[in-house]
Amino acid sequence: MEIKVLGAGCPKCKHAEKVVREAVEASGVDTQVEKVTDMMEIARYGVFGTPAVVIDGDVKCVGKVPKKEDVIGWIK
Amino acid sequence: MKVGGENGVCACVGRGGGKQRPSARNGATCLWFGLGGAGLYLWWMIYGRLSAFSRFVTYRVLPVQPETHLGSALEFFFYDTPKVMMLLLLVVFGVGIVRSFFTPEKTRDVLSGKSEFIGNILAALLGIVTPFCSCSAVPLFIGFVTAGVPLGVTFSFLISAPMVNEIALGLLYGLVGWKVAALYMGTGLAIAIISGWVIGRLHLERYIEDWVSELDGGSAQDEKQRLTWRARIIYGRDAVREIVGRIWIYVLLGIAVGAGIHGYVPESFMASIMGKGAWWSVPLAVVIGVPMYSNAAGIIPVVEALLGKGAALGTVLAFMMSVIALSMPEMVILRKVLKPRLIAAFIGVVGGGILLVGYLFNVVI
Repeated sequence: MEIKVLGAGCPKCKHAEKVVREAVEASGVDTQVEKVTDMMEIARYGVFGTPAVVIDGDVKCVGKVPKKEDVIGWIK
Repeated sequence: MKVGGENGVCACVGRGGGKQRPSARNGATCLWFGLGGAGLYLWWMIYGRLSAFSRFVTYRVLPVQPETHLGSALEFFFYDTPKVMMLLLLVVFGVGIVRSFFTPEKTRDVLSGKSEFIGNILAALLGIVTPFCSCSAVPLFIGFVTAGVPLGVTFSFLISAPMVNEIALGLLYGLVGWKVAALYMGTGLAIAIISGWVIGRLHLERYIEDWVSELDGGSAQDEKQRLTWRARIIYGRDAVREIVGRIWIYVLLGIAVGAGIHGYVPESFMASIMGKGAWWSVPLAVVIGVPMYSNAAGIIPVVEALLGKGAALGTVLAFMMSVIALSMPEMVILRKVLKPRLIAAFIGVVGGGILLVGYLFNVVI
């Protein structure tokens, strides 16, 4: 599984990354979380706002910090 | 404080999700409206007594003499702090509810087929209500431009979104009055519409960084979902938590600066540097305002104090707009998609618009 958090580094993006990491830990799935800060790469996903969460190429959430329970739901 | 408290109840009710029976949901909705009404009443009762509260704290609790610089500054501080915080809670919550009706995706869909001038007007209006933070400026810019929204229309949106800040608008209405609030909104919209239109006329498309045009447009994800009122209220509550949690420090700083001005700066001094007579005060206000980075909510108590000391309205508006509309961090972010000449055009056109507004109001009023 491939999990990416897209965000240039604003406070919300950092918060989103933290939430996703916590969710991964809580779900016990063995996977890496990658933080994508490069604007060009973020733009390729066609998202309109950051932070955004991408799991296996699927954009799951855009422009807001996801809830931990939701992230766990996406991973499972 | 009441708003936060009653939302705590919503959160518990909200957890149930869609599993509840309709009758139980109606009961919960009634409970909310009841609590909301009671909360508003309490809010209003407290709000009306803040002036007495601040005098009590300043002259009874603290050993401060009336009619002194310190007393006048502290009275301002203890009056404005609870007042601004209460206004913030209400305004941010209300704005959160309104914003739950808009998404950047919907805004793009509205704008992508529009002709230029109508598009500029719509973009400026939607810029006020579409949820958007400046760190999203680049993905949003790309999303708009690749979906066929004209460059000038995109700029109208990007200018209006920070410039006409709905929280600043709410605070301005509460602290200074509806006339100044309306002037701020009207002129902010006018600058966004006209600046965007001018940038569109200049045909600067070739100054967008090359990699942007190599992207294929239209891949934007669209979250199509209808929100229930419960979800909207939770959205508003989250907005309060997120926004007030982030900006309260700017607000306190702003009030402290405002209190200092209110208590210590003599009126004659203010009139000489920010009065109508000083022709150079408007450009100076813009030059000082651009590198300053404050939250829109934090600048309003300063505006209140400046106006109270007899500063000219045009000068103060120019200062406020340049602080919140043209910020260095946003320029740095936008530099990733715009070549320097387009950034320069952006700053030049918007800065020129702000100058014009400043002079206009100093002459007219």
